[in-house]
Amino acid sequence: MREAMATLARLQARSKAVGQQYYFRNSVVDVFRKKENDAAVKIQSWFRGCRVRAYIRHLHRAAIIVQKWWRSYSSRQHYQLVVKLAYYTMKMNLYNEMAVRIQRRWRGYKIRKYCFDYFYLKEYLRAVTETNDAIRDALEEFAEMKEREEKKAALEREEKKRDYQARKMHYLLSTKQIPGIYNSPFRKDPDPWELRLQKAKPLTHQRPRVKQKHSISLTSWLACTSNRSFPRSEILPPINRKQCQGPFRDIAEVLEQRYKPLEPTLREAEPINELKEAREDLRRQEWIRNVNDNMFLPFSSYHKNEKYVPSMHSSSKYGPNSYGCQRFRDENPKKWICPKDFQTVLPSFDLFSKYGKLYSKAGQIV
Amino acid sequence: MHLLPEDQSPWIPNRQAGVMSLLRPLLLDVVPTIQQTAALALGRLANYNDDLAEAVVKGDILPQLVYSLAEQNRFYKKAAAFVLRAVGKHSPQLAQAIVDCGALDTLVICLEDFDPGVKEAAAWALGYIARHNAELSQAVVDAGAVPLLVLCIQEPEVALKRIAASALSDISKHSPELAQTVVDAGAIAHLAQMILNPDAKLKRQILSALSQIAKHSVDLAEMVVEAEIFPVVLTCLKDKDEYVKKNASTLIREIAKHTPELSQLIVNAGGAAAVIDCIGSCKGNIRLPGIMMLGYVAAHSENLAMAVIISKGVPQLSLCLSEEPEDHIKAAAAWALGQIGRHTPEHARAVAVTNTLPVLLSLYMSTESSEDLQVKSKKAIKSILQKCTYLPALEPFLYDAPPNILKHVVGQFSKVLPHDSKARRLFVTSGGLKKVQEIKAEPGSLLQEYINSINNCYPEEIVRYYSPGYSETLLQRVDSYQPLAN
Repeated sequence: MREAMATLARLQARSKAVGQQYYFRNSVVDVFRKKENDAAVKIQSWFRGCRVRAYIRHLHRAAIIVQKWWRSYSSRQHYQLVVKLAYYTMKMNLYNEMAVRIQRRWRGYKIRKYCFDYFYLKEYLRAVTETNDAIRDALEEFAEMKEREEKKAALEREEKKRDYQARKMHYLLSTKQIPGIYNSPFRKDPDPWELRLQKAKPLTHQRPRVKQKHSISLTSWLACTSNRSFPRSEILPPINRKQCQGPFRDIAEVLEQRYKPLEPTLREAEPINELKEAREDLRRQEWIRNVNDNMFLPFSSYHKNEKYVPSMHSSSKYGPNSYGCQRFRDENPKKWICPKDFQTVLPSFDLFSKYGKLYSKAGQIV
Repeated sequence: MHLLPEDQSPWIPNRQAGVMSLLRPLLLDVVPTIQQTAALALGRLANYNDDLAEAVVKGDILPQLVYSLAEQNRFYKKAAAFVLRAVGKHSPQLAQAIVDCGALDTLVICLEDFDPGVKEAAAWALGYIARHNAELSQAVVDAGAVPLLVLCIQEPEVALKRIAASALSDISKHSPELAQTVVDAGAIAHLAQMILNPDAKLKRQILSALSQIAKHSVDLAEMVVEAEIFPVVLTCLKDKDEYVKKNASTLIREIAKHTPELSQLIVNAGGAAAVIDCIGSCKGNIRLPGIMMLGYVAAHSENLAMAVIISKGVPQLSLCLSEEPEDHIKAAAAWALGQIGRHTPEHARAVAVTNTLPVLLSLYMSTESSEDLQVKSKKAIKSILQKCTYLPALEPFLYDAPPNILKHVVGQFSKVLPHDSKARRLFVTSGGLKKVQEIKAEPGSLLQEYINSINNCYPEEIVRYYSPGYSETLLQRVDSYQPLAN
């Protein structure tokens, strides 16, 4: 026990140191262990990393190969499409180009020949110029003609006026004894008015009388055209010389009213028996014209009164032949088959005996 | 009874009322002469002034007049129709008052009368009523006047023909339906026959009637043409009477404006030359329809424009443009020139050669011209310039033109110069290149592009030589030059 206690005491005295040593050695080992652990971890992680990297590298390579092959495949497809498209485009461009050439030629031809024919246009313009010139000439001629006509008319009017003047001044003509004013002895030759006066016929003093109409109508005895009665208004002297004083009516109106032609009433104007005369006239005309004097009458009423007059062909001098009129059968008993003659009585026809009796009369049913 | 109011002194209203109430019972007098004279007096009063005409209407005289029109003798009918005409001519309201009192039917009955004087008076009254507007014309047509008017035209008296033609013209001018009614009554054939009549006033009315019919639509114009008026109508263009010429050119204008085919027909018949001569022989407003006709013909197509050019139309039109005093005629001439010159460079050249472009420019720039004239001359200049390749005519424009026109001028130069070497030389020697360099344009604008394209036609030295301020740069180089030491 003492040894035990001594060892205990010794151990207790060393326990602190043991404890310290234990702690110290553990801590050193710990540190070392930590270091070693860290190193091991480091190595392991590095190694693992390498391994994983190698794996990934391997994977990458595989993926790259796959992708490479896939991309080449799809690009080739794409490239074929592109080539096809480019080829197609090139062909279409060529066709377009050729078509454009054809269309250009055709359009040029069409426009020049049909739509805008240059030569036709020039021709047309030339024709228009010619027509214009022709129209201008024609219009000028027309204007000239009008002018000439007007001048002619003006000259004629002048001529007439001068002629009338000469006729009025006829008394100024020169005689053998006395030279007229236009035929002065100091002149070489007479004035043209002198010649005109020589040619002119003097005006008569009286103006020509108005021709009276000779009609044997009812109104003429009222017209009072004899010289003893009032003169007619046309040959009255002009009334502007002096106005009559006072509110008198215009003489023309008075004469118009005075000489107003008779307006007889209808009874007077037409004869009384005109209707009878007209009827007689009509009858005469019809007598001339018509073949048959008998008026047309309706057949049913007319023939009731008349006796039939047979024609001369069918009647002999012993009277009318009864064959064909009264009987139609030949009567020769020797030719008969049986001795009896035909019965002339027909049985009564049954239908019309019941006429009017079989049908309903106003709703009554028989 | 010679108390007719023939003096023209102005009436004061009190006296008017007095006169009406005095004249009214006279209309119902027993003696026919008094009635006629009273009607004549009323007619002359109403004719003078529209206040008096209103007084006639307000005095309730019209119904009485209309009632007795139907029964009386021809002198009364003439006087009554004169009153109706005198009242109806002043305004549409008065004409409506006449229609309302039922005068149209009695006037139409008067048109069937035997006496040509009565017919003339009735036709005149109907014409004046129908003149105002389309409703009144329709009322006249509904009363059945048109066939009777066509019969009146065939009568031998010239005065009656005149009045009937003027009445038909007034009826058909308002609308296509009314014109169609007149045509359906067979008026065109009779009107066309009478173009050859020597009476000038009759020809005026006939031509006016035909042009009023033809103006509404293509079908009506074709019907007028089918009546074979060409080339007879061209003789009317040479008539002595000014208004016959005016109406004839109006007719041709109304026909030409519808379609190219009708214009072609007119040109083929030589109408263009006749119209151009007619323009040359008159002055003032008489020329206006002729000028417009040329414009319409040229507007349809370039072949027709070329036909107008070769008929020597352009010198005549430019003469009109320069010598006419009135603005609306100048505007019409400017428009017509624009229509001729706008088609192709050939046409523009034909217009430019006659030196009209400076005239047009001056009209556009002048402050005295009316707005219409300015607008039309600007349009004409623009449309001609856009096709003009005749450089000598374009050059003056470089100097005077305002910027908006200058742009077009420079544009034309830039189109022509790259291809023509002689023109380039001429451009330089005439000082055009110098002027172009002096133009200030915003960079990037269309004008600047044109200037650049012109500058590209020339070698750089020349462009620099002509650029403004070149002499200064040269002198500066002289200043800074060190002479070589020998």
